[in-house]
Formats: sequence, C-alpha cells, structure tokens
Amino acid sequence: MLRQTALAAVAGLGLALAGTAITTAQTPTPPAGTLRPVESFQSIAQREARSAAIFTEMGKVLQHPRCVNCHPATERPRQTDAQRPHQPLVVRGKDGHGAPGMACSTCHGKENFDPARVPGDGHWALAPASMAWEGKTLGQICEQLKDPNRNGSRDMAALIKHVAEDSLVGWAWRPGPGRQPAPGTQDQFGALLKAWGETGAVCPR
Amino acid sequence: MTAHDLTLSRRSLLAGAGGLIIALNLPKAARAQSGAAQAFRPGGTASFAPNAFIRVAADNSVTVLVKHIEFGQGPFTGLATLVAEEMDADWGQMRAEHAPADVKLYANLAFGVQGTGGSTAMANSFEQIRKAAATARIMLVQAAAEAWKVPAGEIVIEAGVLKHASGKQGRFGEFADAAAKLPAPTDVPLKPPAQFRLIGKEGVVKRLDSADKARGKAQFTIDISALGMLTVVVARPPRFGGKVASFDAADALKVKGVVDVKQIGSGVAVYAQGMWPAIKGREALKVVWDESEAETRGSAELVAEYRALARTPGTVAGSHGDAQAVLAKAERVIEAEYVFPYLAHAPMEPLDGYLEWNAQGALARFGSQFQTTEHQTIATILELPPEKVQLETMLAGGSFGRRAQVSQHLAAELAMCAKAIGPNRPVKLVWTREDDLAGGYYRPLFVHRMRGAVKDGKITAWTNAIVGQSFFLGTPFEAMTVKNGVDATMVEGANELPYEVADFRCEVHTAKVGVPTLWWRSVGHTHTAYAVECFMDELLQAAGQDPVAGRLALMGKEPRLAGVLKAVAELAKWTGPDAGNGRARGVAVAESFGSFVAQIAEVSLGEGGEPKVHKVWCAIDCGIAVNPDIIRAQMEGGIGFGLGHVLYGELTLDKGKPVQTNFDTYRSLRIHEMPEVEVAIIASSEKPTGVGEPGVPPIGPAVANALARLGQGRPRQLPMVGGMV
Amino acid sequence: MAHTLSVNGRSHTVDVDADTPLLWAIRDNIGLTGTKFGCGVAQCGACTVWIDGQPVRSCVTPVSAVEGKVTTIEALEGKEARAVQAAWDTIDVPQCGYCQSGQVMSAVALLKENPKPSDRDIDLAMNGNICRCATYARIRTAIHAAARSLEG
Repeated sequence: MLRQTALAAVAGLGLALAGTAITTAQTPTPPAGTLRPVESFQSIAQREARSAAIFTEMGKVLQHPRCVNCHPATERPRQTDAQRPHQPLVVRGKDGHGAPGMACSTCHGKENFDPARVPGDGHWALAPASMAWEGKTLGQICEQLKDPNRNGSRDMAALIKHVAEDSLVGWAWRPGPGRQPAPGTQDQFGALLKAWGETGAVCPR
Repeated sequence: MTAHDLTLSRRSLLAGAGGLIIALNLPKAARAQSGAAQAFRPGGTASFAPNAFIRVAADNSVTVLVKHIEFGQGPFTGLATLVAEEMDADWGQMRAEHAPADVKLYANLAFGVQGTGGSTAMANSFEQIRKAAATARIMLVQAAAEAWKVPAGEIVIEAGVLKHASGKQGRFGEFADAAAKLPAPTDVPLKPPAQFRLIGKEGVVKRLDSADKARGKAQFTIDISALGMLTVVVARPPRFGGKVASFDAADALKVKGVVDVKQIGSGVAVYAQGMWPAIKGREALKVVWDESEAETRGSAELVAEYRALARTPGTVAGSHGDAQAVLAKAERVIEAEYVFPYLAHAPMEPLDGYLEWNAQGALARFGSQFQTTEHQTIATILELPPEKVQLETMLAGGSFGRRAQVSQHLAAELAMCAKAIGPNRPVKLVWTREDDLAGGYYRPLFVHRMRGAVKDGKITAWTNAIVGQSFFLGTPFEAMTVKNGVDATMVEGANELPYEVADFRCEVHTAKVGVPTLWWRSVGHTHTAYAVECFMDELLQAAGQDPVAGRLALMGKEPRLAGVLKAVAELAKWTGPDAGNGRARGVAVAESFGSFVAQIAEVSLGEGGEPKVHKVWCAIDCGIAVNPDIIRAQMEGGIGFGLGHVLYGELTLDKGKPVQTNFDTYRSLRIHEMPEVEVAIIASSEKPTGVGEPGVPPIGPAVANALARLGQGRPRQLPMVGGMV
Repeated sequence: MAHTLSVNGRSHTVDVDADTPLLWAIRDNIGLTGTKFGCGVAQCGACTVWIDGQPVRSCVTPVSAVEGKVTTIEALEGKEARAVQAAWDTIDVPQCGYCQSGQVMSAVALLKENPKPSDRDIDLAMNGNICRCATYARIRTAIHAAARSLEG
C-alpha cells in the first residue's frame, strides 16, 4: 500500500499506513504464553459448553502466528510474529513443498538454523489450501478441523496423533530465536484436543 | 598518526588527511608516455607496451589497462571498444585489466586523482584511450612496414590483421617486439567517426566479463586467499560515534579457529582462520561501548527537526525573480513536502579488502574506487613510503557509491587490521551484510518543502527548501563541492530548473547529524528529481496541462532534455496519463552527469495495494553512444535499482540505531517486481557522457506521477510501500 | 570436528565446527570461491549450490546437515547448464556479476525441472536470487532463450 504521508510525517516513519492491511506489518495482540490445563475446564458442568470452551482455549494456538503463517488464505505463506508476506515470494506449489526451482527445502533444513534465524523441520511444508485458517473465525477453523474432507482425511484419533506427535506441528513450540513460540506445550495442546474430542468436539460460535 | 588514533569520525579523518589534500593538487593531465616502460605490467607477458594503457602480447592479445574500477557499469568493455576501434583489432583478441594505482599515469582527468565516480569513465577516457590506441596502431604499422620494406601508408589493418597489397600479412604479436623498439609518435590522428565500425554499433561487441561471471570464475576481493591469511571481522559501535570503552576477548578466543583479537580505531578486530570462526568469535566477544558522543536521534526525530528547519530561512542555492512576493499575493498556492529516508547501497559483495605487508612494502588488493587517496591512506597508516605500497584494484560486486569513500574508512580499517596483527600476516577484512546495512555511509535523509503558484493555467512561482546532511563538509573534498556554504551535491537538480518559471527560489539547510553519509547512485538527484518532477507534475495537473506537453512548453532552453521527453513519448505512444485497464502512466525527466533521461512508467495497484510497475519506457541522450547495449543495460539496471528503493528502501534509525540489518528487512527489488524496460538511445555526435547513474533519477517520480492518476496521490514520504519492520 | 562432504564428485574432509555453513566450508576450507556470500540468512541466493540436484542456500545449511552430493558452479555441466551459460553470454546478462553464480545455479535447476517455464514459473524459481544491479529483465530473457535452445 502507499504510505499515507499528508499527516504522518512528523509522527514518523512506519506510521499511518493507508489502504488495505494485508501487507502491513501488524503488531497483533500477543496471545497469552500459556494454556489452561484440561482439568481447569471441569468446572464447566455443561458438556457442550465445556467442549466449546476447550476449543476456544486451543484457539490460542491455532490462531497463533506460528500456525496461521503456514495455513495461509492464499498460495503464499506469511512469516514473523508480524505475519508479513513471506520474503522471498514462495508458494504452496502442487504438493505444499514449493515451486519448481524454489522448494521449501531450498532454504529450510531439517532443523532450525539459529545463527541465521532460519527455521527448519524435516517436513517443512505449507498446509493444503483446504486447511487454510488465515482470516477465519475460530468456529470456522473448528468445523474445518473436524471435516475429513478438509483435514487430510483424519478421524479424531488420527487428528490427536497428528497434533500431539507431528514434528512440524511441534515446531510451533520450538521456533528458534526471534519468534514467539505457540502458547503452552505440544503435550498440553494434544491433551486439550483429546479432551475436546471426548466432550463431543463442539465448536465455539 | 597511529592506528589507534584513527577512528572513523570526521574530525580525525580530516586530521589524518594531510596526504590526501596534497594528492588533490597533483597535475591533472596524465601523459600517456610518462613512465610507461616502468609501469606495472599486469599479465606480465606483453612485449609491446607503448604507453600506460595498451599491452600487446606475442599471442596477439591486446590488453587494455583500465583506470576506472569495473563493478558492472562496463568500463572494461567500453574502453576496450575504443582501443579495438582505433587499432582495428578483432574483438576476440581484446582483454581488459585494472590499471595499478598510479596517479601520475592513471588520474581521472575530471578529478586529478585516480578514481571512478560521477559517471565519468567514458567521458574521461574517450579521447585519452583512443590516442593511446592510435599510437599503438601507428607503431605496429611502422614495425610491419620496416619488416616488409613497404611504405607504412600502404598497410591496412582489418580485424587485427596487418595487410599489404603485395599479399603480405601478419598479426599484432609478430610485430610487438619490433614495435616496442620504435619511438612513440606524438599528436597521432584519431579515426573519424564516419569510419567507426565498433563505436555506436549494435551487436559487434560483447562484454568481456560475461563468460567468467556466468561460470563463477570472476575473481572478487572476497575470493582472495593466501598462505597464512587470516580473515577479519570487526565489532563496530552499535551507534554512530560510539567508541570502545573496554572489551573481553576470553570467550572469543575459545572459538575454534579464532587466532587473535585486537582493538583498532574503528572497533575490535577478530582474526580467524576463515569467515565462520571470525563471525562466531565476534559473537562471543564482549565489548562495552562508550556512547557519550554517539548520535542518539532516530529517523522520526530527524524528520521532525528537518520539517521545522524547512520553515525557516535557509542559504540561497538558486534564485531569480521574487518567488516569495508572488506566492504572498497568489490566489492559489500549492504546497507539498517530500521526505526521503536514509538509504543503504548494499552492493551484493559487501565491503572487503586484502592486505599483506612488512617493513619492505605492502600489497593491498580490493575493489578500490578512489585509488589515489586509498593508496595514501594505507601508506600513511602502515608508515611506509607510498612507492612501497602497491594497490591492485579488484573487480567489485557492485558499489552504487559505497566504495567511493570520501572518508577512506575501508582502506583505513584494512590497514589498521593489518598493522595491529603485525607484519607478514596477510589479512582479509570482510564486512557481513549486517555490518554493511548497520554501518552508515547512507544516502542522507532529506526533506523538501515545495510551494508553487498557478494562475490562468500557468506556473507563476516556485520555492523549494531543502534540508539534509552534507557528506562533503569537513572532508578533504570540501573545496570541490562546497561554494558559498552550499554543497552542490545537496541541491543539484533543484537549484536550477530546466523549466521556465518566472519567479524561483531554492534554499538549503545543512543539518548537523552524527550519522555518516555518502553519495548513492545519482547522488543529489536521488531526491531532487523526485521532489522537482513530482511537484512539476502536480502543478501541471492543477493548471490543467498534459504532463508531457506541459513540460515541453516550459523547456524551450533545454533542447536535449526536450528531445528525450519527445522521444520517450513517441516510444510509449503517449496519449495522456490514462492507460486503460486500471493502469496509469507517469512521466519524469532529469539531466544528471551530463546525460539526459526521460522515462514513462505504466503502473497499477497490485497485490495488497502495492504499486505494480508493468513497463517503463526510457529515452537517453548521452552523446555518442559507444556501447548501445551497455547503455541499455545501465538504463535497465538504473530503473530497477531506483524502483526498488522508492518502493521499498528505507534505513530507519531508532534512537540512533539502524533498524534494518539484512535483506529480510531492507527489502530489495526482486525479479517479479522488475518491469519490462524499453530504451531508446538518441543519436548524437556530442561527446559521450555518463550512463551509470542517470537511469536512476526519473523512475521514482514517474511512478509517483502515475500513482497520482490512480487516485493515490504522489507519495510524500518514501518508500512508497512500508511495513517490513 | 571432522565432517566429510562430497563436493563436485570428490570427497573432502573439513575440520570445522558442526554449525559451520556449507558456504564457508566450500569457500574457506575446500577453496571453491564461485559460490558467493551475500547475506548469510537465505534472503539473496548468492550462495546457491545443489544438494542431490536440488538448489539449496549454502549459507544456512550447516555442514552437519549435509548428507547428499554437493554441486557448485565450478562443476555445473549438462545440456541445461550449457544452454543457460550460453544465453547469459549472448544476452550479456551480468553487470557486477557477483550474484550471477547463484542466478545460474537457480536457473539451471529450474530448467531441469521445468524445460519450458512461463514468466510466472521464472518469477517463482528466481525471486529468491537478489541482483542489486537489477539485471532481472535479462535474466528472464536469457532463461527463455535457453529454454528455446533446448527445444531444438
């Protein structure tokens, strides 16, 4: 977007951006760095309400930059806590691993390379378009997550296993320096998902 | 002066610059014959060295010793073209190498010292190197005439072959030895332009350096290695003007491969066997910085101060009529303020240098752009007589002004690193990208405040107040550019307009800021062309004039500038700013470095509302177009370089600290953001002028003027796209 | 610590820390300098090499993670490489030339995977390689020219 300057000059560089916000370096409200344990939801007597509340807590992770950046609404991932478009321009490609000549693995190795702050994982990839979370409400993400047509054909057991054990999912909690990790731990997140499933997998509205 | 005394502040550089001032007073003309026989001979095998510029070897190769640094702008190919033209050589036998540092032989005739800048390479060498080549030709012909016992006047040269009607023929190498024994003629005639077969011709020469560069074979400074060489990185103060208070090298010295740590004038140097140990060693180094004299203002504070200054009377840099009186009475005054950020040059090869020395002498090898002053700086710091210091200029991975160092800070740091570790320890100093971007010497931050009046469809008055830093004040070069308190590089392009405006005034304020700044590809025109061409366009729009016709109507005294504007309008089939399909066109013109360039940019709003520049039409008049394809390449590159910075480039200071420290935040133009470029070169018999810089100034205002027609306004603050940090 | 690397068909043992980027092992230890340093953070592509035929930014690839066969610009061969380098020569792509090793490594890799790339394909494969001289228009032209020459 164009830098709107009629009013902004004194206020300075980096302020008062006009136009759509898509490419702006936004500073989202930092999510809490912790997750409530499953037990803390026992006080919610009503099972459906409890289930939805658990999913709402999971939303702190699902809507965190560490997750949303690679579940983008477009072909292009985002990066950094500010969720700016990935530089250089990269795309999902036909298998989620990038375009011919510039795959994810051109830059991303099997592990984070901390001296350059370049993240990595053995399965570094972009989520399929069907699993895009960017710009969606938590309720929409929830419905999407439950839908085998949009979650990689996973049933609840497979979903729990994926979330609790997958190393790329787990990367969200060990993203290396310069990136805020997802709240809580992967184990806590897995436990919440399991509890959510056991309480009927109700989506928040 | 000792190494430890030499910090990078202006004051100490001035104090240490006695030798530099002397250098600037050296005689201007380099006589082609002087000292040629004793001249350093790159390649070493040449048997015929008629002067300082030409070497002919037994294998028929003709090597041109080029005194201007090659960093992409093409002097190797350009000067070899001139030599091949005069000698009627075959392009395949041409070679080019950098001349050694020797001010007597290789001074830039525009500066009086050896150095490259101001887009002067071709303008400076056009006659000098052709005379050198014509001399070589006459001597080869004479040698052949004597060998064949025929009159010299009956010998012709075609594609590097000497021929006589008798059927005798031979190549240059056969006569090199004999030619070397002949006296050099004086006042040799040059080929008349009508007989040119290379100069100005399409497709007849190819760049001499393309093949090596496409195969990883070109040797840059960073590629140098030598037995026992140590790689050096330097920890420098995080804020400009900071100094080392103390340091603890214990952890750094534990890093495998780190050999030593020394304090030098510019910071703390880490010496290691290779780059990675040097980088890790520096990470482990603990330095306490004394920031008591450091610059702590940020960009936002500076912009606010500059804007306030722009509202106070400044030093007059140009004036005619009484613009203030006209504006005071005008019914309609249009105002605009333009804010330009600090910009880094960020050449792909960061600053680096190699130096080996002992009491007998020194050899420095790096991408030296000001050989004479850098040579002397190194000699001074090493306490060696200049004649014992050799400086070999290396190919450099870009410069854009960064290597043209008024302060000599790289040469000084290199010599300090070498001196601190002691003799017989070759060092290679390398800056990382973070060092480069956080290291200062930026295009200065500028504010332009413009006021103009329009009446009855005419522009009646124009004032411009310019605020920024001078990178010349307080340096040995001050006398060259600062007159009556006005640094010409701050106001060039703005203190005189190419347009006829009856009442005009331009004032300048020189701000004192502790951020080191430097020229940046096209220097003052980087901001003045934007301010002038945006404001002119805005006034013309207010006056109901077409951007092209309206300019032309005011350019009666500028036939060459009007010429490129007409040419670019024709090339683009200009019918007005509306291009249809949601696109608009903007135009801008600028004269810089003796060349005239006009550009039209076709722009739409692309992904995320970012400007998308689809195509740029460009017309240039640079006098005789020696290498049309290199001129086109420089226009393409200048447009891409300029566009990347007006769209994305900003080096922001936060409380004095650089915010953008690598390409993840200092956003650089990428291939998908590069527009298609079509270039028209004006046929001309004027002397050749520069092409390295003049492609840059018009692109920013051309894009801004297109955006105005897309309802976005002309961006008042650059870059146009924000938000990488 | 000793690491064994296969570079251009030869095995090299380098005694460096495990986190040493392949770039510096190639340049400082093995002595091949065609691969360039530009940023150190995988933003500019000057350091592009191939590992098992796939382009990789060697400045962010620690030697401890290198398992496959490394190819640098010095050992680039094959019909795509010849076509690309010939096009680079004919079209006079380079200016300063410093980024061009990386550009060529990326361009050849693209043509091996996609012999007839569109402009969009070129954008996606090549935009990780920064050229501060902005030789981009010629890079694009040369890749198309190389692709055409491979058809015949």
